[in-house]
Amino acid sequence: MTKDIVIIGGGPAGLAAAVAARDAGAKEILVIERDEILGGILNQCIHNGFGLHTFKEELTGPEYASRFIKQVEERRDGIDTLLKTIVIDVRAEGDTKTVTCMSKEQGIFTVDCKSVILAMGCRERPRGALNIPGLRPAGVYSAGTAQRIVNIEGRLPGKNVVILGSGDIGLIMARRMTLEGAKVHAVLELMPYSGGLKRNIVQCLNDFDIPLRLSTTVIDIGGRERLEYVVTAEVDKNLKPIPGTEEKIECDTLLLSCGLLPENELTEAMGVKINPKTGGAEVDESFETSISGVFSCGNVLHVHDLVDFVSEEAKEAGKRAAAYVLNTVPARSTNEIRLVPGAGVRYTIPVSIRKERLEDLLTIRFRVTDVYKDPEICVYFDDKCIRRQKKKIVAPGEMEQVILRRQDICAEENIKEIKIQLE
Amino acid sequence: MAEKILTCIGCPMGCELTVNYTEGDADSVVVTGNTCEKGRIYGTNEVISPKRTVTGTVNVVNREGTVVSVKTVPEIPKDMVIPVSEELNNLYVEAPTHIGDVVVRDILGTGSDLLITKNII
Repeated sequence: MTKDIVIIGGGPAGLAAAVAARDAGAKEILVIERDEILGGILNQCIHNGFGLHTFKEELTGPEYASRFIKQVEERRDGIDTLLKTIVIDVRAEGDTKTVTCMSKEQGIFTVDCKSVILAMGCRERPRGALNIPGLRPAGVYSAGTAQRIVNIEGRLPGKNVVILGSGDIGLIMARRMTLEGAKVHAVLELMPYSGGLKRNIVQCLNDFDIPLRLSTTVIDIGGRERLEYVVTAEVDKNLKPIPGTEEKIECDTLLLSCGLLPENELTEAMGVKINPKTGGAEVDESFETSISGVFSCGNVLHVHDLVDFVSEEAKEAGKRAAAYVLNTVPARSTNEIRLVPGAGVRYTIPVSIRKERLEDLLTIRFRVTDVYKDPEICVYFDDKCIRRQKKKIVAPGEMEQVILRRQDICAEENIKEIKIQLE
Repeated sequence: MAEKILTCIGCPMGCELTVNYTEGDADSVVVTGNTCEKGRIYGTNEVISPKRTVTGTVNVVNREGTVVSVKTVPEIPKDMVIPVSEELNNLYVEAPTHIGDVVVRDILGTGSDLLITKNII
């Protein structure tokens, strides 16, 4: 099989990229999805709050997905989808990319294409990566697994629940389990601030009087067959448990919401350069990775808080991939401008830009390293500060962005680097 | 006069609102700290008559081990969130389902309808 663009993943990023690539003139687009249906993780995110930016209304996850699925259906003249098919390898040799897939019906087969868009999303950090001591009873789930069991299969994983980690999925599941009749004893957070959105703390915890215990972790898991209790402890500044603060909570279920990891095994195997800060590919202004014609967008690039921003980013990547296969974009020259995270900034997307490939507006997305009150977000062109923007508060849990105009960047003769930092 | 500090949930900005009000009197409400009209409306409603959207699932009788997601439209009073969630356990639908299909009108007398939010073929 030969295609212009192969998109790996049929979740929000893959779907938005496919639609945008088609609208930008690409004709032979294939979306490969391992699940039985399109929509990805949105199918189990049945709560509302999606789409406020994209559709100016508040939708649930499945409703948000269905809008994009419909857009794909309306473009069947250029977009094919393969379901229940997993990609096991991607290889780039010159201008041709070879995608090796596997499915029950077709076995192992390959698709050759000019461009690949990586849209595989992310997965949850599992218990094994958290180093929690204790026994290995049943009843310890990642929050997203519990979400699937409750929202898709209609079963309740347990009745007395402790949640470790205050990421958004953990907060959402605290409310969901409560509404399904379970007792959620507490949400514990290792850091002194929550990793979730403020609105989720209000709607999911405060509404139901579920305590959020900051700077607290689980130091023991007890129970032979089934989870019987966890032991919690407060932690000091170095995140080490403080002796004497231990507390035993009897429970049958522990949900882990301790961070999401971009799923980049394919990306790494094909030799794309990875940014260790995000766990995703390094991309330029076009969401193009270190390998020409290979693009990355959505949670596989960096973990987002809002699907609306995933769609926005993926749309851009889709458009750029179409321009690549249609040869309407200048090839990458060597005079790139690097984007550098300064004080208080953990990473930026993109990491490099080239003037001749910029559109009118350049959106730079980034995360901060800590909670800062009344900071100024400063943009430097080399040593010259060109913008200061006051913010009331910034936190690692909420992605920030600055938007620069091409004309401002191009007005400067020889910029080597653009730095974003907090002051 | 009472004062409440709230975090606005109108959007992910999460503005911190200070709401001054007299119990039960919508005209007395003064909201500060909001950056848009949504914040004023949220702050006012939150101290006079708080409302929420309930999302949940109901059983699909002809698809074993499958539930379909639903939501209340418009929002229901906050104190009805738990009763409506419990009521979902008594409801069922048949596949195929379509987004926007009505499961129950005026659920538990809230004036809100319960709508399907997922297409199941």
